[in-house]
Amino acid sequence: MIAPLRDEALAEDALLLHFGDSIDEATSARVLAAAAAIALHVPSLECVPAYASLLLRFDPGAWRGNAADMPHARVRAAVAEVLATADVADAPARERVIPVLYGGAHGPDLAAVAQHAGLSEAEVIARHAGGRYRVAMLGFAPGFPYLLGLDPRLAVPRRADPRARVPAGSVAVGGAQTGIYPEALPGGWQLIGRTPLGLFDMRAIVPSWLQPGDRVRFEAIDAARFDALQERAA
Amino acid sequence: MSLRVLQAGLLTTVQDGGRPGHAALGLGRAGAMDRPAWRLGNALVGNVGDEAALEIALRGPVLRIERATRLALTGAPIDARLDNVALPPWTAVDAPAGSTLRLGGMRQGCRSYLALRGGIATEPVLGSRSEDVHARIGPLGGRALRAGDVLPLGAAFDAASISRVSVRRWGVDPRSWFDFAMMPIALLPGSHVDALDDDARHQLHGARFRVSASSNRTGSRLDGPALHLRAPLELISAAVLPGTVQLPPSGQPIVLMAEAPVTGGYPRIGQIAAADLPRIAQRRPGDAVCFEAVSLAQALDRQHDREQQLQRLVQRVIARGESC
Repeated sequence: MIAPLRDEALAEDALLLHFGDSIDEATSARVLAAAAAIALHVPSLECVPAYASLLLRFDPGAWRGNAADMPHARVRAAVAEVLATADVADAPARERVIPVLYGGAHGPDLAAVAQHAGLSEAEVIARHAGGRYRVAMLGFAPGFPYLLGLDPRLAVPRRADPRARVPAGSVAVGGAQTGIYPEALPGGWQLIGRTPLGLFDMRAIVPSWLQPGDRVRFEAIDAARFDALQERAA
Repeated sequence: MSLRVLQAGLLTTVQDGGRPGHAALGLGRAGAMDRPAWRLGNALVGNVGDEAALEIALRGPVLRIERATRLALTGAPIDARLDNVALPPWTAVDAPAGSTLRLGGMRQGCRSYLALRGGIATEPVLGSRSEDVHARIGPLGGRALRAGDVLPLGAAFDAASISRVSVRRWGVDPRSWFDFAMMPIALLPGSHVDALDDDARHQLHGARFRVSASSNRTGSRLDGPALHLRAPLELISAAVLPGTVQLPPSGQPIVLMAEAPVTGGYPRIGQIAAADLPRIAQRRPGDAVCFEAVSLAQALDRQHDREQQLQRLVQRVIARGESC
């Protein structure tokens, strides 16, 4: 059983379920398991997971039924029924491996991150690539994953002067999180490397290569491999 | 080759009902900001689906009609000439091949819709022809029109029967669908409205705000008395919606609109009632905005009634268009 702590009606067509009040992997796991169970059993609800909450959007006309009922009450009841038998351990999770060329021109902030952490650049790479991550949510821009699981030693403040343009594929650390810029965007996170993979393709049926709940690890690659993969992606 | 852009206007974009269902991947819906105006425009030209139209902000484009079509302008009343004929708003017009549509300014409002028979037939992206300029997603790559663009039109029209500009003698009365009087906007309570200090709670529903010049399709920024919280809130990013009223540290609220990011971390002090989203979308920079509190039950009833009213009118307009 997974039970939200509370919920609130955000709009005529939206209910926000809260599963916790902090950014941590256990809370996120409950959000993601609830989203997976609801998507499976009540596919007419659109699920939008965030770190500690899950937004449900629905067609209020279709959920209204008896005019005296609030659609939110009916959605709440349907979700409670699904979550009564849901379990965090049951949530499916795909594995995704993301090749990264760390440092150099593709990771201009690697030295700053190493200095902040009191580690060598090689140690930062080893710790980042050795981590096990999970996509808690996507946001900021289409296909931008917020990953939980960063080694706390690598946590580093955002840049005081955000960049106007971060290259597509940049792998970055911002606070206690790590993420990947799917396209060229303005950004304030510290850039430690770059992946040649395209993460978002608006012409694909499923446009984002990463989805909420995916388990992710990074694989350090060299420049030759980066070029070969980039060529293949193009 | 059906519609050639001679001048683009200030911000002219192709929009339809948008692309719901991708928020979990970080992609919002986009789509027409004033949906009833867009749907009634389609009805006037005989489109029965959710065909794509042009959404025109503040100052319109100049367009060459390269294939005969039926068109209509809805939303904000816009100065319009088709060759030498001044066009009334909210009325269907037959346009011969080779005619030039010159769209100017709007006396009031912020967005007009140019609906065309068959709709604009760009290749859909993720099920929609909407251009999401902020996310850079759409058939044109998520951008506004530029001079030189040529847009395809859908289903062929009986071109031979249109040899001159012909304005229908009937149209839709815009008064139910365009807020000429700029009435207060219905506001649902937001998650953090109780965190506002006493002054701010009164001002939210009593003060007059003005739409800031930095507003766009991602959001309307409101100038007015700065609203303050009793104490700072440390919030975790959560999903937000079009119509969510956020309060950044500046104290000047932002109303999220069609192209807003799908998550946000600022306090949410209100949610525009769905029935009033098209109305706030029509407020231009400098226009006044006042809020009136409504309950969720009231907002649901209003939206339900509004949708029924719109569907009945759409059906009547399509039926009448077919009969003459």
